[in-house]
Amino acid sequence: MFFLTVYLIYPILNTAYISFLGNGSEEFTGLSNYWYVFTNADMLAALKNNLLWLLLFTSTTVSLGLVIAFLTDRVRYEAGAKALIFLPMAISFVAAGVIWRFMFEFRPAGVPQIGLLNAAMDSLPGLEPVAWLVNPRVNTFALIGVGIWVWTGFCMVILSAGLKSIPIGILEAARIDGASEWRIFRSIIVPMMGTTILVVATTMVIIVLKVFDIVYVMTNGNLGTEVIANRMYKEMFNYHHFGRASAIAIILLLAVIPAIVFNLRRFRAQEAMQ
Amino acid sequence: MKEKVVRGLSRSLVHMVIISICLAWTLPSFGLLVNSFRSRRDIVATGWWTSLKTPFELTVENYMDVLTGQSQYDRKKPGPSILRHMITGQGMGRAFLNSLIISVPSTFIPIMVAAFAAYALAWMRFPGRDLLFILVVALLVVPLQMTLIPILRLYNKLQLAGTFLGVWLAHTAYGLPYAIYLLRNFFRALPRGLFESASLDGASPFLIFYRIVIPLSIPSIASLAIFQFLWVWNDLLVALIYLGGTRDVAPLTMHISSMMSSLGENWHLLPAGAFISMVLPLIIFATLQPYFVRGILAGSAKG
Repeated sequence: MFFLTVYLIYPILNTAYISFLGNGSEEFTGLSNYWYVFTNADMLAALKNNLLWLLLFTSTTVSLGLVIAFLTDRVRYEAGAKALIFLPMAISFVAAGVIWRFMFEFRPAGVPQIGLLNAAMDSLPGLEPVAWLVNPRVNTFALIGVGIWVWTGFCMVILSAGLKSIPIGILEAARIDGASEWRIFRSIIVPMMGTTILVVATTMVIIVLKVFDIVYVMTNGNLGTEVIANRMYKEMFNYHHFGRASAIAIILLLAVIPAIVFNLRRFRAQEAMQ
Repeated sequence: MKEKVVRGLSRSLVHMVIISICLAWTLPSFGLLVNSFRSRRDIVATGWWTSLKTPFELTVENYMDVLTGQSQYDRKKPGPSILRHMITGQGMGRAFLNSLIISVPSTFIPIMVAAFAAYALAWMRFPGRDLLFILVVALLVVPLQMTLIPILRLYNKLQLAGTFLGVWLAHTAYGLPYAIYLLRNFFRALPRGLFESASLDGASPFLIFYRIVIPLSIPSIASLAIFQFLWVWNDLLVALIYLGGTRDVAPLTMHISSMMSSLGENWHLLPAGAFISMVLPLIIFATLQPYFVRGILAGSAKG
């Protein structure tokens, strides 16, 4: 309990307090840090990117995870396939960043490409190699792709466990009644796994709000790829403006409050069942 | 008959989809693995797939360079042995050691603390117990970014910034909510009669904890330990914040990320470096995967 207080409770209160202070954390500046967070162009770009992450990352990891769980359920090499997809979870985002730096590597058209993606682009007619991490139109999507590569396995594992808890009788009854596999997926599996899907989606939302490592190692937030957690790091260490950094942290906290409420509700329901 | 053909077609479609997803998930890592064994000249000039034909021209120089932090020409000069360079030099050998020094205590301390706390929360009666546990559940998802500034300031005052002790304690605190949550739920699921008969026989709470609860929970403690170990091993943010920029205490993640940002001369060492950082997680994953999966399933709400 001592640990929780010193490292979690006290800092939350202290951060809230600092977020109202100025540059050197000496004078009280009211809401000016929050004003900055919501008006500064860099901050707005970061918020916009986070929104993009939120929508694209969450929807893709969860739906892809569900589809993979559903498909692998019906083949004999299920365990092997799942292990391969789950593997990126075990390594660090830094290592994942290195892996994908080499995938995305770009050489101008005409020179042999050394990154697999651009080599593929090169070999297809009508496509030009793309500077995945530099071109501001695609770089955030490239980073989100790395995130999806890492986290889909996580979604898959949890959703697959949920899938296996659906009584097999229901599925067989539907099959005897002549329901197609797609119909079974849509009308039985998705509704019956509603809670599990919600839990996984909530986890992904929390992950996305705090996403830091991938962006830090791959672009350091340059060229329009910044997200709020990187912004906070920069405010802390590059500009030493602790007030603004704290305001960003508080916004992160506010953003996860719905998740906290959701968790508490779920916990209450679990306890009531026992 | 027609139905059978359709079935067969859709089955092969399923196989194709699964196999292509698996390929998409594996190729990037495989490519990096191949690259890590190629010479500097090859890495910079051509794609890794060009090396997949005989004769194989593979080398372990990259691994030697990155571990010792020296080029092969320097290594040929007389001086301290290679092993010594790995441990004391500016290379990744040192960073590997730092990662171990950080990760092992950062796994054991929180689990020990959490086991006591979880036992109290699960089976002992005291006022405010439920409220405390609700607090733990709430803290599960609090972004650790919230805590960085106050803790860093505290550390600067106490001179804990840049020390292993500071990082151990920070990881302990960040790992605790999840560890307590997981273990409390597990302890709670143990049969009540066990505790009642033990205390009727005159066993103290500590004895019950030590002789009954812990031995029964070894599998969940193992899951938790693996989870926490990988979490700490793979962490970048906490290390960046509390360890500062010093090389002698930097773990692997920090070392690689600084290699990545200093563009140019060491670029060809990145694949080997990344694989060195992945060795331990991959071994753990390969040997203890069921425990790892269980740790994730049991909580699935880590903050």
